[in-house]
Amino acid sequence: MEENLIVCQGLSKHFGLKRALDQVDLTIGRGRIVGLLGPNGSGKTTWIKVLCGLLQPTKGTVTIDGHQPDTHTKAMISYLPDRMYFADWMAAGDLLDYFADFYPDFDRQKAESMCMSLGIHKKDRIKTMSKGTKEKLQLAVVMSRKAQLYLLDEPIAGVDPAARDYILNTILTNYNPQGTVIISTHLISDVEKVLDEVVFLKNGQIVCHDTVDHLRETQGKSVDALFRDVFRMTPNETAQGGTEVWDD
Amino acid sequence: MDWTFENDRPIWLQLYEQLTLRIVTGQYPMGGKMPTVRELAAEAGVNPNTMQRALAYLEDQGLATSNRTAGRLVTDDRDKIQAVRMELARTCMDAYLQGMKVLGFTEAEARVLLTEGESEWKKI
Repeated sequence: MEENLIVCQGLSKHFGLKRALDQVDLTIGRGRIVGLLGPNGSGKTTWIKVLCGLLQPTKGTVTIDGHQPDTHTKAMISYLPDRMYFADWMAAGDLLDYFADFYPDFDRQKAESMCMSLGIHKKDRIKTMSKGTKEKLQLAVVMSRKAQLYLLDEPIAGVDPAARDYILNTILTNYNPQGTVIISTHLISDVEKVLDEVVFLKNGQIVCHDTVDHLRETQGKSVDALFRDVFRMTPNETAQGGTEVWDD
Repeated sequence: MDWTFENDRPIWLQLYEQLTLRIVTGQYPMGGKMPTVRELAAEAGVNPNTMQRALAYLEDQGLATSNRTAGRLVTDDRDKIQAVRMELARTCMDAYLQGMKVLGFTEAEARVLLTEGESEWKKI
């Protein structure tokens, strides 16, 4: 077992001229809950997709537990995508069957009890669920795997505050102490006290990687307040910062 | 007692303060068993590593001891708890006097007002 769970070196991903990830060097250990924070379009989802093996890096390397993304790493990663990918016709119970078939580390009992707490019944069809309920269901199945690495892309954005607390508590009580949880979000104040460390992404580059308590100690403010400072936008800057010109 | 956090200070330090308060007020009785890191972390809604750091500091300060078989125990040193209680009391007094100073009272006036206010005490 490698000491560091995730190691990225010079990791870049370009989409045409756009550098979604630009020379990312990052090491993340085990047993950590990490917040991946950045404004829209800063590269959060791209980075997660590269870790999952859904996207190939343009340059640089990434290893998870010493392996490049492959079938080995896919088995140890539980991934919550930023959008729903389940078939509409399924009922919640079907989805649980599906996960139980797919993943040997899936704990069906846990998933059922989470669904019950979240008010989702076995026979409820995904098609008839609200957006928030779908997200809750998706998170319940993803957190019911005993994975080494949980990659949660915006897990709490679409759900109500009470369910948010429940979900964060689920993450805190269910993650594997040898594993790591990565949560991408911009709802920083909600997740701040749950996190060990944070990674700030800006235009595909890492601008800050530190523990929450060290940041609070040295900056004298919450991570939420720091985020607002780092990513403050003034109308002027945004106009200059853009690379594309509208008129073209 | 609910867990509350201010924004401008490290979370572990605030956890430590609130754990201390629970020991001083007897919510965790002297010599008694404390909940586990995981239980406390879930209750406060914080990261277990952060809670662990607060508990380690609590042990450093002599308010709790780790025992391999019995888990984590509140200290049975009555004097130690009393000393911490007095320290916290002093902090409260300082805050009161500081507040009164800002309002333009002299220390003597502040003390008199405090004595007069005693009837209010019973209502709290």
